Amino acid sequence: MKKHLISAADLSREDALRILDTAEELAQVSERSIKKLPTLRGRTVVNLFFEDSTRTRISFEAAAKRLSADVINFSAKGSSVSKGESLKDTALTLQAMGADAVVIRHGASGAPQNLTQWVSGSVVNAGDGTHEHPTQALLDAFTMRRRLGDLAGRRVAIVGDVLHSRVARSNVLLLHTLGAQVTLVAPPTLLPVAVDAWPCEVSYDLDAVLPKSDVVMMLRVQQERMNAAFFPSAREYSRRYGLDRDRMARIHDDAIVMHPGPMNRGMEIAAEVADSARSTIVEQVANGVTVRMAVLYLLLGGSEPAIGGTL
Amino acid sequence: MSITIKNARILGGDPADIRIENGAVAEIGTGLSGGETVDADGLVALPGLVDLHTHLREPGREDAETVETGTRAAARGGYTAVHAMANTSPVADTAGVVEQVWRLGQEAGHCDVQPVGAVTIGLKGERLAELGAMADSAARVRVFSDDGLCVNDAVLMRRALEYVKAFDGVVAQHAQEPRLTEGAQMNEGEVSGRLGLAGWPAAAEEAIIARDCLLAAHVGSRLHVCHVSTAGSVEIIRWAKSKGWNVTAEVTPHHLLLTDERAETYDPIYKVNPPLRTAEDVSALRAALADGTIDCVATDHAPHPVEDKETEWAAAAMGMIGLETALSVVQETMVDTGLLDWAGVADRMSYRPARIGRLTGHGRAIEAGAPANITLYDPSVRETVDPTAFASRSRNTPYIGMSLPGRVVATFLRGRPTVLEGKIA
Repeated sequence: MKKHLISAADLSREDALRILDTAEELAQVSERSIKKLPTLRGRTVVNLFFEDSTRTRISFEAAAKRLSADVINFSAKGSSVSKGESLKDTALTLQAMGADAVVIRHGASGAPQNLTQWVSGSVVNAGDGTHEHPTQALLDAFTMRRRLGDLAGRRVAIVGDVLHSRVARSNVLLLHTLGAQVTLVAPPTLLPVAVDAWPCEVSYDLDAVLPKSDVVMMLRVQQERMNAAFFPSAREYSRRYGLDRDRMARIHDDAIVMHPGPMNRGMEIAAEVADSARSTIVEQVANGVTVRMAVLYLLLGGSEPAIGGTL
Repeated sequence: MSITIKNARILGGDPADIRIENGAVAEIGTGLSGGETVDADGLVALPGLVDLHTHLREPGREDAETVETGTRAAARGGYTAVHAMANTSPVADTAGVVEQVWRLGQEAGHCDVQPVGAVTIGLKGERLAELGAMADSAARVRVFSDDGLCVNDAVLMRRALEYVKAFDGVVAQHAQEPRLTEGAQMNEGEVSGRLGLAGWPAAAEEAIIARDCLLAAHVGSRLHVCHVSTAGSVEIIRWAKSKGWNVTAEVTPHHLLLTDERAETYDPIYKVNPPLRTAEDVSALRAALADGTIDCVATDHAPHPVEDKETEWAAAAMGMIGLETALSVVQETMVDTGLLDWAGVADRMSYRPARIGRLTGHGRAIEAGAPANITLYDPSVRETVDPTAFASRSRNTPYIGMSLPGRVVATFLRGRPTVLEGKIA
């Protein structure tokens, strides 16, 4: 059983189901008027955020607080990091303060892995560069399962900038572990060169994939990609890979539309689609807290971590 | 000063004695004596190794390496001559800087330091440096390189290739198309896609090599290709050589042994430029070194202080040290695999690099009358790589904790021992 959650690949099928089942139980807590459990009382969780990400940080913060953990928020801006402190020295500082878990968001792929060398507590990857974002994949899987039931055999289309997406990487791995069939849909410029080695299908044609999909997950397209010749223009991207009202009509009745946020309305997703009943976007946010509670609970709750294995 | 080396297996042959007098090999035979005796029972005698590609970091980054510490490392690795790359601070782009480096090498005395001159002023790729002044200086520069950066401008590259013909120079190109490798972190392939690290495509190396081979042929110049890392590059160089063009190439020990899967740990000790490639590339490089398509092994010894490697991958410096492990890695990858014999090792690590660099006092066969530049090597031992024992000021070896064969027992520079019993003499 692992001590850290760095990659969705760290999770066996049993681990993943255990997190999702635990989240299901914890969801009931979130529905109470007093949303708090004493489970992690006396434990310290540090949110170490080198990138601005208010949504992910407050989601982890809420999760830790609902489990009664002490939460320390450490954001790079205005801290010693902005004065040139290295990741190692920041880590040693947190270690000296006795962090039981460090939740890290970092712009460099692999930074959470590096951090495991310098802290003795659990490390939870809250998004590293263009590598992974495993708790996002877990909350996506949790959301899908609540809407669609068992994910085995379900067809999931992940659409957009796969090349730079940590969400896509974690989702492909986790959904594969859970038995779903993933199809990545993107212009060829936004797919990694060796994507055929990934456990999924690949298509350049969104219209062909939509009718067969139970889940359509739209990825955010970063503004800076438009200046780097990944595609000719925002309008062309939107025409070929955006989920608009017309395309929405091709999706079957029970299918859902997801987006990890923040959205570019009118770019990869039309406003009507984002706000429709098929959209799970707001649920995803709520489920994020629940799933992150489950992850912290299982990593820190017992004397031994209940999920993953020692790295 | 006189020394007799007893029972050395010259190029792995039958045991023989080598008598050294006044810095030169006086006699080879059996039952020789005279002066001090060095017992070489079971040891292979090789001509002193020559490195075409060493970063000594001085002047400017004496926290990573100095000429003194880098040449100690070279001697411990069996080298008697190293080419010091030009990307120092200030850049070695004037006669003054190359003479300073050359003189520091003379003073250190552990091996000969042959400075490499920058091709362009400040390595900026804009204007040619005063190549002739460096060639005519006391340092007698013959190899010119902007290593670390590619001479990307095709016109500038053409002019450099043409210009150095006047003094029998060679341009050593760091082949990296800059636009294709902006922000590149590792080999572009299955592993980079999975790890989310920006890819450095093989085509970015191969495109420049192909262009430069065509340019060298067009103007009838010598081209040397630094640190070839891909199977495709090998094919292009093989083709250029088949045309009779004057193209030579080097491969580093790390590209002969390690693959891009090492990046899976995100340990920047494996971050290097050009990056570690795939197993297919490694086997193509070994085959090319064996058949002579790649002329020589060059270390690209690139020292970095600890803090530049103890960091997240993207922030880490590129490069690894290699002087003190090169011969062991070549034994592991080329000799123990049957691809090269010891005569082949002498050719690829001494004769040919000396010839490319136009060093007349190095890369000579061990025979009467030749300068006594000799390395005694014990191929029978196997040791775990321990960087704390290195003479280099830096510790960024990718082989830490790995078991590698062989050990340099002694190195002689013009008859004077620079290393004895594995230690600096």
